[in-house]
Amino acid sequence: MEAAFGTRNFSNLNSSDSAISHQRWSPYAFNGGTILAVAGEDFAVIAADTRLSEGFAIHTRDYPKTYQLTDKTVLACAGFHGDVLTMTKVMDWRLKMYEHDHHKKMSSSAIAAMLSTMLYYKRFFPYYVYNIIGGLDENGKGCVYSYDPVGSYEREVFRAAGSAGAILQPLLDNQIGFKNQTGVTHVPLSLNKALELVKDVFISAAERDIYTGDSLIINVVTKDGVKVDRFPLRRD
Amino acid sequence: MFRNQYDNDVTVWSPQGRLHQLEYAMEAVKQGSATVGLKSLNYAVLVALKRAPSELSAHQKKIIPIDDHVGVSISGLTADARLLSKYMRTECLHSRYTYGKPLPISRLVSMVGSKSQIPTQRYGRRPFGVGLLVAGYDTQGAHIYQTCPSANYFDCKAMSIGARSQSARTYLEKILDTLPDCPLDELIKHGLRALRDTLPNDVELTTKNCSMGIVGKDKEFTVYDEDEIGRYLKMIEGEERTPAPQAEQMEEDPAPESAADESADPTPAPPQSEGR
Amino acid sequence: MNYFQGNLNKADYHDFPQKTVSVNISAKNRTLYPTVTGTSVLGVKFDGGVIIGADNLGSYGSLARFRGCERVMKVNDTTILGASGDYADYQHLKGIIEQKVVTEECLDDGFNLTPKSLFSWLRMLMYSKRSNFDPLWNTTIIGGLENNEPFLGYVDKIGTAYESTAVGTGYGAYIALPLLREATDHKPPLTEQQALDLMEKCFRVLYYRDARSLNKYQVAIVTKDGCRILSDKRVNDDWSIAPMVRGYE
Repeated sequence: MEAAFGTRNFSNLNSSDSAISHQRWSPYAFNGGTILAVAGEDFAVIAADTRLSEGFAIHTRDYPKTYQLTDKTVLACAGFHGDVLTMTKVMDWRLKMYEHDHHKKMSSSAIAAMLSTMLYYKRFFPYYVYNIIGGLDENGKGCVYSYDPVGSYEREVFRAAGSAGAILQPLLDNQIGFKNQTGVTHVPLSLNKALELVKDVFISAAERDIYTGDSLIINVVTKDGVKVDRFPLRRD
Repeated sequence: MFRNQYDNDVTVWSPQGRLHQLEYAMEAVKQGSATVGLKSLNYAVLVALKRAPSELSAHQKKIIPIDDHVGVSISGLTADARLLSKYMRTECLHSRYTYGKPLPISRLVSMVGSKSQIPTQRYGRRPFGVGLLVAGYDTQGAHIYQTCPSANYFDCKAMSIGARSQSARTYLEKILDTLPDCPLDELIKHGLRALRDTLPNDVELTTKNCSMGIVGKDKEFTVYDEDEIGRYLKMIEGEERTPAPQAEQMEEDPAPESAADESADPTPAPPQSEGR
Repeated sequence: MNYFQGNLNKADYHDFPQKTVSVNISAKNRTLYPTVTGTSVLGVKFDGGVIIGADNLGSYGSLARFRGCERVMKVNDTTILGASGDYADYQHLKGIIEQKVVTEECLDDGFNLTPKSLFSWLRMLMYSKRSNFDPLWNTTIIGGLENNEPFLGYVDKIGTAYESTAVGTGYGAYIALPLLREATDHKPPLTEQQALDLMEKCFRVLYYRDARSLNKYQVAIVTKDGCRILSDKRVNDDWSIAPMVRGYE
């Protein structure tokens, strides 16, 4: 079993099953999608586009890649959609079990730690999924946790990942982290600024990345719960 | 007290065609504190009387949530109930994981039935010492099921199990016809009145000794304890109780499953003991 | 803790969670490439129902080997399914699903497979088999009525799945899906007849362009009146301009 897996190809885009016999089979596909989360003082913004694609085909223009786990925590996933579906189902299972056992909902930090072990559990046949968790921590402060596909994780203030992650991140570094700027005052991020920024960077990503577009889903987590908003992106 | 040569193992029949070990397990259910389940078309309600094994301990939990659409209340051995409810939770999660759908209540209960049957037919095992009232809501509406250590289960309009539960059943029988169209608040009041009828005259339902579970249309299974139940207790406060039945009626009637088992003689009730 | 892996055992499709029998699959048992294949399957929702279509060709590589392969099936009165990819795997899958329906019918408790639950189950099946490196080489389209609402979903051999108003597999995703989307996006729902006509148009275009397709196809339709399969449908192909094409001789 391990032998077959040794030659797996993460970027296999040749997915048509119609006429091509003897194509190398891969247990993975890349279905694109860009995800992003930003933490503020008392809020978190978790956003994702809604395009699900494979190769040069768009499967659907309406697949939100964010998952509300509790009223304080939202998960965003991009990568191989089959793994995303399984992983989020396992996640639902584990959340329910925790609720039964502890008579309370899981906190954002507990979910973050659990996701890391879930990913590492499959270290040698990984979920090909990029995850970002956004929410409020035990003190009501905004938090963001970012992951690699095998479970390494870190708490951060902002993070973009997925197909256009590398396009978005430098913009966020500059605009939220005030990197490569001189003589600017470091003002705390307001919710409005965060929302405007998120929309802008996704519009930019949709211009350059064919795996990002169609719609933008924005989840805003505050102490009052999760509010979901949607904006159109380019559909070509 | 009941010992005879045919009750050493569940697998041994008595010459009368009875399985004494099973009947003893059924008795364990009657020693647990009473619990009542009833339903209207859209809601199912469980109410239960909680007991504390001693002054020093908290009241024992009687109502266990299983999934968003189903919960149980227990009477008998709490430890056995924990095992059964863990099994039920797992089956419900499997259904959601595999089919993306809540498990139909009838299927859940039949799985419990199949699981309970195994130790009734294996040498060296003992049946579960717990009875469950299962309240749930699925695409076919609200349900109340009763399960027994004997692995029987019954689809009920309303039911009560546990110590002195005959009084509750008597009450429920009287109001049975009104139940289907009953508004939720009325349903809860009927449940509490039925439960109150199982109490001795000098004991009252309080926020400490009573708990309640509700499930129904657009309502996930929710347990109400302590303060939350006070609102509902107020609704029946000061109402006159159903007159206490005569002493001989107080004796536990055989539970419905022995009605199916027609040759069974009535089993004398064991002494009430605390802590079950 | 089987659910971590999402794996299921080859031995038991009907009750796959938590069985711990492990089946050692040798390389020769695995489908690592398809043999006889069916090409595109198309599906689209319309007002009050769903239609799924597939042509009748079973290709053996580039050879048009079988001309009567039926690739759409009725699951029950509210659910239909169509499959592209390896035809033997589809027949195997069809047998499993039919057995599943019978098993559920025998319970006689008023609950049946719905499109959504079959969709969810089939995705688990496909994902679990891909996780054992023993995939069923198919892309399937599931349609039907879920609580009287049209449902249409896509499941592929590695466990990718989604719902959509219009879906297509294989070359259909490139050639026919844009036509289906054009007819449904930001437009009032199609009527049943419009959906049927649209299917004919799509299979015609596919027949012109997809070298592994055939001019004979079937559709399965679910409406509130139940489900039916229309066989021996033909595309109205017209090659009269073909002799005028120059430059490819």
